[in-house]
Amino acid sequence: MVKELAGCIREYKKASIATPILVSGEVVMECTIPFIIAQLVNAVKNGGDMGVLARYGAVLVVMAALALTFGALAGMTCAKASCGLARNLRKDMFYSVQRYSFESIDKFLTSSLVTRMTTDVTNVQNAYMMLIRTAIRAPLMLVFAFVMAFVMGGRMAWIFLFVVPVLGTGLALVISRTMPLFRKVFKKYDNLNSSIQENIKAMRVVKSFVREDYEQKKFDAAAEDVCRDFTRAERILAINNPLMQFCIYSVMVFVLSFGSYTIITTRGVDLDVGQFSALLTYSFMMLSSLMMLSMVFVMMIMAIESGKRIVEVLQEKSTLDNPANPIHEVKDGSIDFDHVSFKYSKKADRMALSNIDLHIRSGETIGIIGGTGSSKSTLVQLISRLYDATEGAVRVGGVDVRSYDIESLRNQVAVVLQKNILFSGTIKENLRWGDKTATDGEIVQACRMACADEFVEQFPDRYDTYIEQGGANVSGGQKQRLCIARALLKKPKILILDDSTSAVDTKTDAKIRSALRSYIPETTKIIIAQRTASVEDADRIIVMDGGAINAVGTHKELLATNAIYREVYTSQNKAGDDDEE
Amino acid sequence: MKNKQINGKTALRVLKTVRGFYPVLFPLTIACILFSAVVGALPAVFMQNVIALVETSWQTGDWSAVGSRILSLVGLLAVFYVLALAASTTFTQLMAVITQGTLKKLREKMFGGMQRLPIRYFDTNNHGDIMSHYTNDIDTLRQMVSQSFPQMLASAISVLTVFSIMIYYCVWLTLVVVLGVAIMLVVTKKIGGRSARYFFGQQTALGEVEGFIEEMMNGQKVIKVFCHEEESKADFDRLNDALYDASERANRYANILGPILNNIGNVLYVVVALAGGSLLLTGVPNLSISGMAFGISIAVPFLNMTKQFVGNIGQVSHQINAVVMGLAGAARIFELMDELPEEDNGYVTLVNARENADGTLTECAERTNVWAWKHPHKADGTITYTRLAGDVRLYNVDFEYEADKPVLHDVSLYAKPGQKVAFVGATGAGKTTITNLLNRFYDIRDGKIRYDGININKIKKSDLRRSLGIVLQDTNLFTGTVMENIRYGNLGATDEECIVAAQLAGAHDFITRLPQGYQTMLTGNGANLSQGQRQLLSIARAAVADPPVMILDEATSSIDTRTEAIVQRGMDALMYGRTVFVIAHRLSTVKNSNVIIVLDHGHIIERGSHEELLAQKGQYYQLYTGAFELE
Repeated sequence: MVKELAGCIREYKKASIATPILVSGEVVMECTIPFIIAQLVNAVKNGGDMGVLARYGAVLVVMAALALTFGALAGMTCAKASCGLARNLRKDMFYSVQRYSFESIDKFLTSSLVTRMTTDVTNVQNAYMMLIRTAIRAPLMLVFAFVMAFVMGGRMAWIFLFVVPVLGTGLALVISRTMPLFRKVFKKYDNLNSSIQENIKAMRVVKSFVREDYEQKKFDAAAEDVCRDFTRAERILAINNPLMQFCIYSVMVFVLSFGSYTIITTRGVDLDVGQFSALLTYSFMMLSSLMMLSMVFVMMIMAIESGKRIVEVLQEKSTLDNPANPIHEVKDGSIDFDHVSFKYSKKADRMALSNIDLHIRSGETIGIIGGTGSSKSTLVQLISRLYDATEGAVRVGGVDVRSYDIESLRNQVAVVLQKNILFSGTIKENLRWGDKTATDGEIVQACRMACADEFVEQFPDRYDTYIEQGGANVSGGQKQRLCIARALLKKPKILILDDSTSAVDTKTDAKIRSALRSYIPETTKIIIAQRTASVEDADRIIVMDGGAINAVGTHKELLATNAIYREVYTSQNKAGDDDEE
Repeated sequence: MKNKQINGKTALRVLKTVRGFYPVLFPLTIACILFSAVVGALPAVFMQNVIALVETSWQTGDWSAVGSRILSLVGLLAVFYVLALAASTTFTQLMAVITQGTLKKLREKMFGGMQRLPIRYFDTNNHGDIMSHYTNDIDTLRQMVSQSFPQMLASAISVLTVFSIMIYYCVWLTLVVVLGVAIMLVVTKKIGGRSARYFFGQQTALGEVEGFIEEMMNGQKVIKVFCHEEESKADFDRLNDALYDASERANRYANILGPILNNIGNVLYVVVALAGGSLLLTGVPNLSISGMAFGISIAVPFLNMTKQFVGNIGQVSHQINAVVMGLAGAARIFELMDELPEEDNGYVTLVNARENADGTLTECAERTNVWAWKHPHKADGTITYTRLAGDVRLYNVDFEYEADKPVLHDVSLYAKPGQKVAFVGATGAGKTTITNLLNRFYDIRDGKIRYDGININKIKKSDLRRSLGIVLQDTNLFTGTVMENIRYGNLGATDEECIVAAQLAGAHDFITRLPQGYQTMLTGNGANLSQGQRQLLSIARAAVADPPVMILDEATSSIDTRTEAIVQRGMDALMYGRTVFVIAHRLSTVKNSNVIIVLDHGHIIERGSHEELLAQKGQYYQLYTGAFELE
């Protein structure tokens, strides 16, 4: 995990290396300052010779200035390094998701990806900041202060050999006790939060079933559980502070009694008043650096979970890779399924598609009908290589789809997905997804084919109308027609409409189909639909059932021979008329 | 984030809230903090005394002369320390309990309050934003209550104590320290203020990045299909870079504040030493409360006190960001808690009843399957019982969500017990609005709605809603087993009753095919089910509630026509004997309704049975023949 995360430091390596160096400089200064101060104190004690005082004072000011410079610079490089790492992590994750195949996209929930790219990255960023600053500073300071204490205090410094292990062991114990607790409770905390989210979303259901009290009871129990575990962990963690105080107090008592004894009995030879106060400063430094170290540990361990979640996103390999010598040219719009079987995951025991053998000529119009779960969408998604067939092969233009450059293939196979999405931006911007360089004329033309021009022209800003996120300000039927226009702008050799006119009225639906027939006759068209009216005039209609082809034929043939087709047809045409879907 | 709320008032309210939760423990904790802070500042005094003693005899080297006095001083100090340790152990333990307890109680209060908010609140507020009250805001508050607050209190007390000791010894040197501290405060205000500003900027940038990621991740499949990866990367980079700039700046200023304050402290130390030295040399008469003459025994502890003083100021400045953020979070939490709950002045309740021989109803405690509206009349103190039948009538109803944007005009309609009434019309015609009014998610502006002859404003909301079953287009399932989800409709239902309901809804078949059948765990709103299966479950959930009136708002929209035909039998069984309001996009679903009501921009433009409406050759006919879009 560390390797992957460290790989994202890149251009911030300099800042990352500079920080600990600068911090070391700061620590050296900070640890020498008490030494000089001890001289200063002694100077004061010896009656305050102003010349000596001024000399020490000047040295001290220079050292403070150096410490300040080192410290401030370290602060800057540290900010740069940690924020830079965060930036690269977000970038790499986002880029990596852009490479995902549909299979990987299905694997991660949108909300989980958002959390990983925000909260988790922030956790790692903070931990990294701690790492390059404090994790260097604390041990360095510990060692330095220890050495200085011996230099100055001589025998007195032995006290630290007693105190430091006590504090160290104490802190280690506290950490090892709390960490498993924290790990456990964070999971519970996540669950608590997702249950709140669930409740907010389902508020209409809660209120219509009058379940407010029930929900509250359920929540209180979960909150109580989280609170109990958190309190346990925090109470153990809270021992840190008194433990630290105990050590400082012990040192104080020892230094005051034994120190004054030493000063008096040796007549100030072994120890003087200045050293005496410096000892206290060093003891404080040592203990607080231990404290910092324990905090670093806590933060690191908390960041590990986040780091793992980030690496999961980074390491998810696209199962669909471009071949070594990809073909860029798609010859024509013919499609062949050669005994294709497919399942969504290796572990699944049920095939989503089994033994599909189907051959579509270039320019043909194919209708697909079938109930929910009959794998209609799955079938067409293999054509533009959104998934790879588990067995058998899918060929477009006579070439296995796995031999194409993916982008070239997808540019020639336009899919209007069932779950239509428009993005925030103007209509024009949205349509140009199909073709970046499309002229205004081409855009209008595509909209005309998709019967979108009529309503777009009625908007005050026409093609510059701003579409809200998710297309919230256009109706479902309008959205579908814009999505068709967007796909048409690609001028593809194969056009796949996956239930793309379900919210469009039957007349407009028919109009779109006839426009497609007359404007792009040479394009292969595959139309998945719920209502038979949408596929009636197709060259061939495929009836899907349970992941297999049940029948293939024209409207008339199927009506005569196929039970499923007939059932669908009559369920929609009971009154002898078309239905709205 | 409104700045005016991040003020003393909010801080005060936080303290009051905590004290309200822990009336005994909280003051006790504060007392412990105060005590340990004061004791923590005292060593300077002991040190002064000890050094003064050492001063008098170090040249003689005679320990026995002063040894016992030094040891007794140290002994006294040790006693103080033990007390301080006891105090700080107590307060840190208490603080852990209080912090977590407070957060828990705040969460519960927020959540409980939220359950009682009107639907309008959820319709007009971004769900992610409501959610962040429980995550971000609670987190910042935790930081503030558990760390910043005790830290700042302790530091403030130490500063005060040390300050008193300082002027006790020497006013002149104190003035020097105060001057230095003033400089530190100015610096803190400048740099800290800047850092806080950038931190807010960082939050805004983070919000933008989050919004962008969310939109793109949602549309990731469309991005793939259009090979739009490079463009979305470029857009992302722009936002990501902006976030980097903001957070780099915020952290830079926060990071350099520490070293700056630290070293101003060091310089101050030098200045104090120099000042002390010159005081010793020049022999300027000391000004102090103690009246002591200035000497080395004062100068040395004074230097230590300077260090302590400066350290405390540093501690406080360190907490400033956390406090500003914490108060902003607290303000938002209070805002949610202060939202006005849904009003309910209803007094007509739903009770179990038994039918007497003469046809009148008597209230009874046990479940009888006969329900009655219990209607107390204030005027004469009598109580009447009306049988719950499911007769719903609207009289000249007007409604608007926002002032002056009317959604329904003069809508009148009736549904007799057992009738099926369908609403048809374009998006925004007001179909769902009518159902929102029936269960009083929103209140009508003008007109009247009567349920079994009773004005629904008089009916207690919970009882009104219990008598209405509702199945929505967007199904919401809860984390739990399939069985638990069905039982949500009627918490007292047995497993058998739930299974019967599932069979009625046509959900039984697919449920039995799930890996653990009815015990299959559902998570993430039933993420492992298809939309159609989710709808079947929510129909089963409504069926087990067994209400006399049902509202089906696009309840079968995601079930394909063939499956729907199979489900239809169950649906018909479900609807039998109930008053049903149906909203459906698919006209085949509404054809067999007793009345079909065609809505357009909040007006009823046609009404009648399927045949009548077709004969009229009006809007319905056009819709039915596909000349209009139903969107």
